[in-house]
Amino acid sequence: MKNDLNMDSRRSFIIKLLGISGGILAIIISIPVIGVFLEPLARKKPEMWRSVGNVDKFKTGETVLVDFPNSSSLPWTGTVSKTASWLRRVSDTQFIAFSVHCTHLGCPVHWLPDAEIFLCPCHGGVFNKDGSYAAGPPPKDLSQYPVRIEKNEVQILASPIPITTL
Amino acid sequence: MKTLRKIWKWFDDRTGTTEAINPLADHLVPPDANWLYVFGSATLFCFILQVVTGLALAFLYQPSTGPAYESLKYITYQAHFGHFLRGIHYFGASAMILLVGIHMIRVYLMAAFKYPREMSWISGSILLVLTVTMGFTGQLLRWDSNGIWSAIVGAEQAGRIPFFGKAVARIFLGGETITGLTVSRFFSIHVFLIPAMLFALIGLHLYMVVRNGISEPPKTGNKVDPANYRKWYQKMLKDKGVPFWPNAGWRDLAFGVLVILVIVILSLIVGPPEIGKPPDPTDIYANPRPDWYFMWIFALFALMPREIESVAIAFSPVILGIVLILLPLINNKGERSPLRRPWAIAIVTIIVTMVASFWYIGQKSPWSPAFQTKPLSQEVIGNVSTNARDGGDLFYKKACIYCHTVSGYGGKRGPDLSYVGSRLTSEQITIKIVNGGGNMPSFGASLTGKDLNDLTTFLLTRKK
Ligand code: FES
Repeated sequence: MKNDLNMDSRRSFIIKLLGISGGILAIIISIPVIGVFLEPLARKKPEMWRSVGNVDKFKTGETVLVDFPNSSSLPWTGTVSKTASWLRRVSDTQFIAFSVHCTHLGCPVHWLPDAEIFLCPCHGGVFNKDGSYAAGPPPKDLSQYPVRIEKNEVQILASPIPITTL
Repeated sequence: MKTLRKIWKWFDDRTGTTEAINPLADHLVPPDANWLYVFGSATLFCFILQVVTGLALAFLYQPSTGPAYESLKYITYQAHFGHFLRGIHYFGASAMILLVGIHMIRVYLMAAFKYPREMSWISGSILLVLTVTMGFTGQLLRWDSNGIWSAIVGAEQAGRIPFFGKAVARIFLGGETITGLTVSRFFSIHVFLIPAMLFALIGLHLYMVVRNGISEPPKTGNKVDPANYRKWYQKMLKDKGVPFWPNAGWRDLAFGVLVILVIVILSLIVGPPEIGKPPDPTDIYANPRPDWYFMWIFALFALMPREIESVAIAFSPVILGIVLILLPLINNKGERSPLRRPWAIAIVTIIVTMVASFWYIGQKSPWSPAFQTKPLSQEVIGNVSTNARDGGDLFYKKACIYCHTVSGYGGKRGPDLSYVGSRLTSEQITIKIVNGGGNMPSFGASLTGKDLNDLTTFLLTRKK
């Protein structure tokens, strides 16, 4: 009788022990699995200055499309690794690099040089030449990438796709 | 023949196949289940079709950001059966989404979600969300220009989630931009993660049909009372029930066969959706459009008042989720007949009409600038003064034409200006151009005095 009880409690102890170690193992395995899923958050924000051409290439007052490799390309990414930007030369020394992504839902805006507006093909959002909101659904002004002039080259800071948040 | 039978006997004895299936086939169901009960099983047939064709497509597809597009072209134009397989997979997806919707409407109208089938409704709601997610991720895997832009649009929508928006967008894209890991991520989600969840939930959904029985067609006045419903249901089955197979099941089979037949015919005749331009984020002359089942959401985004939109994108999924889960929990007894639940009919009518009209207008998307329009011809401008003629040229150059129509040419975002000269005075026109308003930007800063004058003169010539 006493022996049985002993057996019982021993068995339940072992089962508990197994349960706990199984649980711990499950957690150990889940960490990398869930980790890979969430990994984009942990990757450090890649930012790189990319040259898009000599300063003289751009005329004051004009806005042109430039492209450059984005900041997080991997060797096998192919053409998809590039990003575009609408580059506006405001004055001799001042450039603005607009993201091509409409702040509404990210569609690529078109620059219309004669009308001097950016127009979005998706839901008809409109921005002024300085990127400010003009009409349609977009909730805010066009985003900009940092620009600098280095050794007479215009350089744009390749940065994350701007995501409009609430 | 005899040997075959022997083999089968042996197999059946060792595995217990008949023993397992017979009770399912013979289980009693309400005698009056009718043709309205076939949509759930047809969805299941489509799901199986998707699994099978998806498996075949996965043999051919290259789930990587670089080569995915080329492999899709290979599948469509070179691989044996590739074109056909893609067609089935596309129409299968379309059918699945359509049928899931109809099934849900049927269940709602007949209040089949009431006691004891609340969990069938809740698991079904999750299945709906998963099915739609499959549709979306599948569209992304096409990875043409539409695919990458849809991915970005998806990320932007995720961005509106309060607090975690940016993080969710990054997790979705697999990085800060579209990266080498984006397509493999969509692929894993579309091919492993969600299908695994679908299998599990479909299992549960079906098991509950067996456990709780097929809901009997509602009879007016026959109220559901959780205290004795099960007892009543068992008695009803005992008195009048018929075996599921073949009495009720033949309809499922017949409709399922019909659906698959239609899918096969469509994929042979119509074929899979066109592959668009190569995926190139620097090709800004893309014109992203979703597949048909998202067209109404696309329209909603264009038409929703700007002030509430971000909040609506963020919270409407949450509210919808809460409503779907709470529906069977707080409303699990009483009348089931749609005749006694007029508001149920009203809700369905409103939702269906809304989705249909948004879908219809999305198809036309009048808010999209008509970029492909050509300059107005001399014929259209007509025999007018030089100023007006210059104005006619400006009408194109200054992009007015992308949003406004003149004599049948141009966009539809803004009012048709074909007869604006009969409607507005010169002053009114000038003010409108200079200030803009509503969905029109102000052009005051980008027009010279002469431009403005010419444009107004031109518009004044547009008379009835
Ligand atoms: S994405 Fe530009 S207006 Fe909607």
